[in-house]
Amino acid sequence: MNIGVVVFPGSNCDHDCQHVFRDVLAQDVTMIWHKETSVSGLDAIILPGGFSYGDYLRTGAIARFSPIMQAVKRFASEGGLVLGICNGFQILLEAGLLPGAMLRNRSLHFICRETYVKVENAATPFTHLCNPGQVLKIPVAHADGNYYTDPVTLAGLQANAQVVFRYCAADGSMTPESCPNGSLDNIAGIRNAEGNVLGLMPHPERCAEMVIGNEDGRAIFLSMIASWERNKSVGVR
Amino acid sequence: MKAKIHVTLKRGILDPQGKAIEHALESLGFKNAANVRVGKYMELDLMEQDKAKAEAQVKSMCEKLLANTIIEEYRYELSA
Repeated sequence: MNIGVVVFPGSNCDHDCQHVFRDVLAQDVTMIWHKETSVSGLDAIILPGGFSYGDYLRTGAIARFSPIMQAVKRFASEGGLVLGICNGFQILLEAGLLPGAMLRNRSLHFICRETYVKVENAATPFTHLCNPGQVLKIPVAHADGNYYTDPVTLAGLQANAQVVFRYCAADGSMTPESCPNGSLDNIAGIRNAEGNVLGLMPHPERCAEMVIGNEDGRAIFLSMIASWERNKSVGVR
Repeated sequence: MKAKIHVTLKRGILDPQGKAIEHALESLGFKNAANVRVGKYMELDLMEQDKAKAEAQVKSMCEKLLANTIIEEYRYELSA
C-alpha cells in the first residue's frame, strides 16, 4: 500500500507517521509537500499532527487552502481513505470534509498525556480489526481539541454511527472526568457519512510499537491496510 | 477603505478564555463584571473606493476565512 503523508509548514508528526507505515508496518510511504497538486498513485492520505501555519487565526484554518487540499478533497470524494490526526483532524473540519469545529480546551491548558478511547464503531475501514467497545490507550497532545457542533449535526453523527472514538476511563466507563478537553459527547474521533474520512485527536502513530511501550494505535493503521487490500482484491478503491 | 473586523465566539458557546478572565477580574474586586467574551480584532486596508463593493469583499473574507461560522460570529466597520 502506498500511503501519502501531507507535509504542511509546521507539521511535526509527519515523520512519525512515515516511520510507522514504512518501518513498522512495511508499507510504501510518499511525503507530499502541501504545494503539490496531485495525489495520484496513492492509496490513502494522512494529514498529520503539528501546528500547520503556526495555528495562526484558527487551527487548520489556513492549511485548508493549501494547493494539495483540492486534490485531497477529490481523493476523498472518490472514496479514498483519508485519516486526519490531531492538527490533521482540525484541518479536515476547517476544510468541511468533516462536520463541526474545535474550541480551546475547557481547561485552557495544552494537554499532553495518555487518554483512553472507546471504539464506538468497529465497522469502519479504520477500526474493523478492533472489537466493538474496545478500549485503546492513545496519547493526546493539543490545545484545541474541544469538539463542538450544533445539536442537529450531533444528533446526525450519533444516529449514523459517525462517532468512532469517545474518551473514556481505562475500564471503558464514560464520565465527564474521562474527557480531557471538554469535547461534546466525549468525542475523540468522527468519520464522514460515507465512512472513508476519519479525524481523531489522539495520536495512534505515537503508540504503534512495543519498543516504546504501547502498540494500541497500530490497530487503526492495520485496519486501513487490511481494508485497502480487501477492496483491491475486489477491484474498488 | 479601512476595514475593522471583530470575530468572537457565538453567544451560547462556552468561551473558556472569557471565563478565566472573568474569574481574574472578580478576584481583583471587579465583582460586577459578567459575560466576558474574548475575540480577535483584525484591520486591513482595502484598495477599493466603493463602499458596497468593499463591504461585499469583507463579508466574503469573513465567511471564507476570518471567522468559522460554526462557532464564531463577526462584525465589521468600514471607513474611508
